[in-house]
Amino acid sequence: MRIKETLENYVFVLPAVTIFIVFYIIPFIWVFQLGLFEWDGILPTKIFVGLNNFKEIFFDRTWWQSMGNAGYITLIALTFQNIIAFMLAWACDREIRAKNFYRLIFFIPPVLSEVVVGLVWQWILDGNYGLLNYWLNGLGLGNLTRSWLSDPQTALTAVAIVHSWKGFGWGFLIFLAGLQTIPRELYEAARVDGANAWQTFKNVTIPLMIPVAALVAILTILGSMQSFVLINAMTRGGPAYHTEVPVLRILASMRGSSRFGYACAQGISFGVILMAISFVQYKLSKKIKE
Amino acid sequence: MSGKKQILCLLLAFAALSGCAPQKEASNSANTITVWHWMTDREPAFRELARRYEAKTGIKVRFELYAPSEEYSQKVRAAAQGVNLPDIFGILGEKKDFASFIKAGHVLNLSSYMSADNFKWRDRFYARALAVNEFPSGNTYGVPAGYYAVPIDVMTIQMLYNKELLKKLGSEPPKNLQELLDIGKKIKAAKMQGLVSGWGEIALIDCFANNYAFNIMGKDKVLATIKGRVPYTDPDWIRVLSLFKEMQESGVFANGLVTMINKNAEQLFANGRAVFAFNGSWCVNVYKGMNPNLSYGVMLPPKASDKYPMAIWGGAGSSFMVNARAKNKEEAVKFLEWLTDKEQQAYLSEATNNLPANKESVSALSEVMAQFAKGIDNSTHPNVWGVSEFTPVLEAFDKGIQSIIIGEKTPEQVASEVQKIKMRELAKKK
Repeated sequence: MRIKETLENYVFVLPAVTIFIVFYIIPFIWVFQLGLFEWDGILPTKIFVGLNNFKEIFFDRTWWQSMGNAGYITLIALTFQNIIAFMLAWACDREIRAKNFYRLIFFIPPVLSEVVVGLVWQWILDGNYGLLNYWLNGLGLGNLTRSWLSDPQTALTAVAIVHSWKGFGWGFLIFLAGLQTIPRELYEAARVDGANAWQTFKNVTIPLMIPVAALVAILTILGSMQSFVLINAMTRGGPAYHTEVPVLRILASMRGSSRFGYACAQGISFGVILMAISFVQYKLSKKIKE
Repeated sequence: MSGKKQILCLLLAFAALSGCAPQKEASNSANTITVWHWMTDREPAFRELARRYEAKTGIKVRFELYAPSEEYSQKVRAAAQGVNLPDIFGILGEKKDFASFIKAGHVLNLSSYMSADNFKWRDRFYARALAVNEFPSGNTYGVPAGYYAVPIDVMTIQMLYNKELLKKLGSEPPKNLQELLDIGKKIKAAKMQGLVSGWGEIALIDCFANNYAFNIMGKDKVLATIKGRVPYTDPDWIRVLSLFKEMQESGVFANGLVTMINKNAEQLFANGRAVFAFNGSWCVNVYKGMNPNLSYGVMLPPKASDKYPMAIWGGAGSSFMVNARAKNKEEAVKFLEWLTDKEQQAYLSEATNNLPANKESVSALSEVMAQFAKGIDNSTHPNVWGVSEFTPVLEAFDKGIQSIIIGEKTPEQVASEVQKIKMRELAKKK
């Protein structure tokens, strides 16, 4: 009877486990396996190269440059994007007029298509006929105009800011949900104890928001490191390699160079790096919380 | 959950998963030929031709459009891996990719069909259009000699100039590099935009550089470089790279050229906002759609040297291959023969403003199309060179040119970096 019950339980989870194995575990093993081969993606024959593809990644300067660029975009997102998201969430958590309208407005960028956002911002930042340069000229700041996406000094920062604009809505939503879980009695108690607005914010809001901030930070890191659709639409990794990011490099290996094995090795390495970053981030936030 | 429901769940899961299994063959009925393509602008004309073919033979031709071209390319590769290619398809990529498709058994050798009736089919095409699809005997790709695709149209990639803007600058179309650089200075002074092109997408920048490489050092030396016998640090290659620096400094290039995609470049030129463009003959249809009143001319890139002739890229614009494993391959070949007949080619040319691959169909071309067609005499293409450069080398070369244009690196630095990558790739190959 007991065996029958156990078997029945296994039958319940079998479809989910099967789908997970077929769509996640087996492809992951295949990708790792392909990383050990040199293969052009067309020929039925693959050449076994062992760990050579993984070794090659260590000496691939463009790959590490792209990691650095993604790191920079992530840094801007972690600071600029999340501070704005938090400030806006904090403002919307208070009793202000039309706060539901603001909530809606702030969540529009994340739901827009990345390609559309990329193309619109490409037009805004265009060096010849872009809106930004037009406004700068109108304000008498013509000396600041430039080709924002083609100038190596500004291209990556411009892309990072657009990425932050596109992504801050998610942070806003999570921060807002977090702020709403803080019991109101704590604010009342702080007020009764004579705490001013800053002291309440510092001693009540911030400590209770640390777990939420940690979650937003992890999601931001994972999302920003993997960003590429927006960048592909805006600069295609150019000028030269100034806005190249890891996913664009993986695509270049696969589509451009027809090196599927190397692309798989890059994908696996990138996944491991992201997991390591997330783990460190998780440990750090746990320590801060304690 | 009852036993019946459990069984139902399992069956549903099995049905969902079995959908992922590859099909063995391109499954079409004998009366339907499936064609995959990426040519958005040609879709209505293809459909009309399919209608005519069905009316004539009773065989239905289903053109399936998958755009943009990058996605199309991925679809074809994925279908090849799953042995699920349609009866007729196109391959976008380098010659080595084409060779891999052939070696994997996906592409039918059309030589016997081409040579039938005393080479009747073969001889209707421009030789240069067919050469792109030919693997001669003893080719370095290890592919059996033969013709493996049918050219549908012909293209050349050249420089275009806006007649009105050039007139405003008081200039004539430049005949040599010095004249081009002088016009660049005028463009800069007039705060106009110079040359626009899709140089953010790599292929066109490579094409422009190769045009000048052929002009400065000749075909043999370019091919010797690809074979690894001449280094990229050779003075001739540094001269080629230096041209980009000179053109940038003189004002020939438009602002933002290095990240420009061709669609944006086409809009700028069509709207009369750029003096020059570097584009393929497919642009005629695009410009016509964007601005039917645009007044422009076509020319070869102005020569930098008199030592060798200027060579432009040209040949087959788009080609169709027949799936060697298709049940309908004989029908597919017959359809392609019909599609490349004089009448159908003339219709395609007229409807899509592309140069026909069938030389008998070239009759009443517009002035611009005739200028593009004239360029075929000066054309070459990487697919007919018999050797291919390593992709990382090409990427380093093209990205290096972008670095020169943005003033980040010198031609010498770029040449040295490219050569290092070339040596690495050669060592890997050994």
